[in-house]
Formats: sequence, structure tokens, C-alpha cells
Amino acid sequence: MKSFANFFKTKKTLINVIFAVLLYVLLFLSFNKSLPLEFLNLSRTNQSLAIKMSYYIILAVSLNMVVGFLGELSLGHAGFFAIGAYSGCLIAKLLVSMGIPSVPAFFISCIIGGLAAALGGFLISSSILRLSGDYLAIVTLAFGEVIRSFSKIIPGLGGTIGLMDIPGFSSRTVEFTCSFILVVITLAVFKNITNSTHGRAVTAIRDNTIAAQSIGINVKAYKIKIFAISAFFAGVAGVLFGYYNNNIAPSYFTYNLSIEVLIMVVLGGIGSIKGSVIAAIVLTGIPDWLRNMGSNKFFNFIADQRMLVYSLVLIIMMLFTSAPAFINFRKKLFGNISNKFNFKNKNKKTAEEVA
Amino acid sequence: MEKLIPTLIDGLNLGSVYALVALGYTMVYGIAKMLNFAHGDVIMVGAYTLFVCITTLHLPLWLTFIIAILVCSVLGFIVEKLAYKPLRGSSPLAVLITAIGVSYLLQNLALLFANTKYGMDKQFFSSFLNLGSLKIGNVTISGVDFLIWITTAVIMVGMMLFIKKTKTGRAMLAVSEDKGAAQLMGVNVNKTISITFIIGSALAAIASILFAAKYQFVESTMGSLFGIKAFAAAVFGGIGSIPGAVIGGVIIGIIEAFSTAFLPGSVNAASDGFAFVILIIMLVLKPTGLLGKQTTEKV
Repeated sequence: MKSFANFFKTKKTLINVIFAVLLYVLLFLSFNKSLPLEFLNLSRTNQSLAIKMSYYIILAVSLNMVVGFLGELSLGHAGFFAIGAYSGCLIAKLLVSMGIPSVPAFFISCIIGGLAAALGGFLISSSILRLSGDYLAIVTLAFGEVIRSFSKIIPGLGGTIGLMDIPGFSSRTVEFTCSFILVVITLAVFKNITNSTHGRAVTAIRDNTIAAQSIGINVKAYKIKIFAISAFFAGVAGVLFGYYNNNIAPSYFTYNLSIEVLIMVVLGGIGSIKGSVIAAIVLTGIPDWLRNMGSNKFFNFIADQRMLVYSLVLIIMMLFTSAPAFINFRKKLFGNISNKFNFKNKNKKTAEEVA
Repeated sequence: MEKLIPTLIDGLNLGSVYALVALGYTMVYGIAKMLNFAHGDVIMVGAYTLFVCITTLHLPLWLTFIIAILVCSVLGFIVEKLAYKPLRGSSPLAVLITAIGVSYLLQNLALLFANTKYGMDKQFFSSFLNLGSLKIGNVTISGVDFLIWITTAVIMVGMMLFIKKTKTGRAMLAVSEDKGAAQLMGVNVNKTISITFIIGSALAAIASILFAAKYQFVESTMGSLFGIKAFAAAVFGGIGSIPGAVIGGVIIGIIEAFSTAFLPGSVNAASDGFAFVILIIMLVLKPTGLLGKQTTEKV
């Protein structure tokens, strides 16, 4: 209880809570089309887009936990997403058929879906502890593909057609409220982990594994924990996706999805939770917004060739932030401001502040 | 039992193509110390080049093959120069993410090209290489099968000789051993890495010719999973080892052919998954592979 009392004592937390509540009220009003200005109210497409953004935010933030925080590239996020979606939606179908209302059923299945995905994360991370870097990335990728191909043949999962008639929410407002709660919980959990002793231990592992080991940090345990927590939230996002889409199938959980989420993490800034949230919102919204901008050929081209543009942006981003020549060039051009762009320096600074 | 030998032939065909691609992976990984994610997509570009040359431009076959090899080599060279070389010396994570970006860029460019030019991205070749066939008892082995096996064997031996006997090959060995020391000994590291990429891409082009001759289709996503399976083969045989890549490729190909042929139909939908299960098991149990060398991390 003591930690709970401390929770509200810090000013920052209080501000964050007030901000979340205000944002919720604003979005709630906008969902019900009750704001005074017409353009502030969300149209039907934007309402559905808001739900889509929620699960992408959860996915991006949880992947950022592994990529930015632990410093390992995971390409199997779609696999955890799929485990969560399948197990959670099966439970949800069962619960609703037993007469439990859809909202409590949703939260129960979120927990179960998340736990199933966390179990997957635990198994895969504990078996690949000896690996790092490229090999680890390839194993996680293979894991995602294994999950996808086996979901086609495991009885009860509906084969290539997948699960149909997954219960939905009674209205968009309820759907939005539930997904908003999930996003807030995700952000709160990750924010707290990064600011805790455990978080600093993980940062130490990322920056120098051998040094971290030599001062008594249990590298293996932390790696498994972070993988499992990240997988848990990916699984929760999967349940939300199932409720939103009312249907899940193996074709949704391809390796492309993992890459799309990775692009969000990279564009938002590796290691930055805020950045991931913004990138998830923008990248999810852009194709639809561009299409609605009228019959501008250029906009339509970008909306259709989304992945083409993203991949170009990804390459340019990586060159801009990581190539030694570019970093020097930026230093010459902007002087000290350039440190802001460099995520490694930024993290070092925060580590000093904390100490 | 009568399925046994045809399945073995299928497996050898698939495995030989994997082996050629795995050679490219193993060389680039051994020398530039990076996983070239886009290597699989170079095969796809090679196959599209073949398709355009044969179906649309109606060029003679020998010219088509040369063009495909040239296009892929130039592509490998450009990708290395523009995307990977600037990142040399930065974190492996950055290089890997860039490689994924390059892979997606190539895939989507090919998709865009095929959709605007042909209206669909999956295209079929008319059988362009007809070499007759040999009948031994009940088993028929086509000329293309022989061509695939002989090409792979010749290339494997050729690469081993190239690495051991030529100056460039020994420079590659030196760079893979220790970049800094190689530079001090007067080896041009950048040039050596460029040559590695060119050779790897040329091998991918040859793989794409054999793939197109045998399976007769081309698709924008054909390279991505194929490439990862080939990487699995390279890891299986031990990264950095040329005979290892070929052995790994053949083993993965045979396992895949047998699992498709002998497993019941209901499990067959997951046949893609088996190669990845093997990859995971292999990496978990023996990351150095069959013929790889053990290295320890220094502080």
C-alpha cells in the first residue's frame, strides 16, 4: 500500500493522471459528437481508426521495450500478437456463450490472452539466451512464422479461415473506453518499469552486457522478464484486435506486421515511449487521411504504396541517426543540438540525471 | 516406397538452390559481419529480370542469363555502397534494421513494377529451358535437375578454390579474420567487401535462373521467406563455411521435400513452419552450426 500512496505523491504522476483523464473526457465527447465545433467531432472512419491506433500503440510500445530498452531486435512480435488474439478470443467466445457480458469478458480474455503470449515470450526467450544480435532476430522471426503456420493446422483455430464471430462491444464508445484504458495501463506499466531499479539494470545490460554481469546483474533473468512482459502486452493488443475486427485469421499475423510495428518504433525513436505512441498514431492514420484528401494523385500513390514509402523512410532514418559520417555532419551543422537526435546520448543523459 | 526417390530428387533440387543462396549469406556474414536481409530479394530481382528478358523482350537465353547476373551484381554493389557502407562501425541493430528496409524497398518496387506492367505480381514462365530427361527404371530425372546439381557442385568447388588460391580470396579471408589487421597488411577492406557483395549477388542471380527453370514462377515476395530458409541453411552448416552452406542447403531442402511429401494433408498447410522449427532447434542447440568455428566474446 505504501508504494500506492507514494504513487500520487510525486507531482509528475499527478500531472500524467490529470492529463490522461482530460484526454479521455475530450475524446469521449468527440466520440459522441457533442463538442461545440463540428470539425472536432470524430467521423465514423476516424472512430474506427482510433481503435486501430490503440492496438498499434500497445504493440509499438511493447516492442520498443525489447528493441530500445533491452537492445535486442525482435522480429516475432506478430507471433505474440497472434497467440494473444487466438487464446483471448477463444476464451471470450466461451465466456460470452456462458452469458457473461462482453466488457468483463473482454478484460478477462485480455488477461488470459496476455498470459498465454507471455508464456510464449518466456519459452522463446529462455531458449535463446545464448544468442544475441542477428541470430536472436532470426530466431524470433522464425518463431513468428512457426506460430502463424501452426495456427493453420491446430484443430479448433479454424484453419486458414480463422476464428469468426468473435464478440464485439455494444457501441463504439464502450470500445473506445476499453481500448483507452488498455493503452493507459500499458504506458503506465512501461513508464514505471523504465524508471525503476529493474529498468536501470536493463539499461545497463543494453549498454554493456559483460560489465552489467560483472556487477551482479542477473542478465538472463532480466532478458526473460522483459521478453515476457513485452509479449504480454502484445497478446493484450491481440485480444483488442480480435474484438475490433470480429475475425482473426493466420493471414493477419504475417511477418509484415512485425516489420510495420518495428518501423513505428524506429520512426518514433528507438527507446522513446512517447515517440512510439506518436509514430503509431501517425503511421496508422496517414494512409486513410491521405485517401480522404480528395483525388490528389500524389497522395493516393503514397497511400497505396505505404510500405514502399515506409521502407525508404526507414533506410533514411537509420542512415541519418546511426551512420558515423552523418552524425559528424550533424554535429558540424547544429553543434550541441544534434545530441537531441541521437538516442544513445539522450539515454545517457537521463541515466546521469537519475543518478 | 515408390515416392522415396522422386522426393529425394525434389529435395536435392530445392536444396541445391538453397545452397547457392546460402553461399551468398555465408560469405557476406563471414566477411562483412552483417546479416544481409535483402539477399533473398536479390533472387526475386534476378527472376523478374529473367521474366522481362524472356517474355517481353524475347532475348536469346545466353544473353538473358548474362543480363540477370549483371543486374543482380550491380544491385548488390549499389545496395552495399548506399545503405551498408555508411553504417560500417555503427551498432549491429542499425545495420540489421537498414537491411530490413532495403529488403522491403526491393519487394515493394518489384510489386509496383509488376502491377503497373503486368497487372499482377505473380507471373509464370513458359518452360524456357528444355534439356530432355533421363529414365532409369521408374525414375525420371530431367536435364534441369542435372543442371542444378552440377552447377551447385561446380560453384562450391570453384568458390573454395577461389578463396584459397587467389589474392582476392585470401584478402577476403583476412578481412573476415580481422578487419583492422588486414588493413594494416595493405588489404583494401572496402574493395574486398564490395567484391564479396558482388559475388554473393551473382550467386543469387544464378540461383534465380535455376529456380525459374525448375519452378517456373516469379513473385514479389518469393525471396523473403526463401532467403530466410537459405539463411537457416547457412547457419545449419556453420556461418562462414562454404561446404557447410552447401551441406546445410541440401539437408534443409531434403527435409522440406520429405515433410511435404510424407506428412498427412491436414498438417501440410504448415510445411513452411518446419524449416523454421529446424532453424530454431539448430540455433538453440548449436549456434555455430555443423562446420562452424567457435568464437568467444572478448571484453
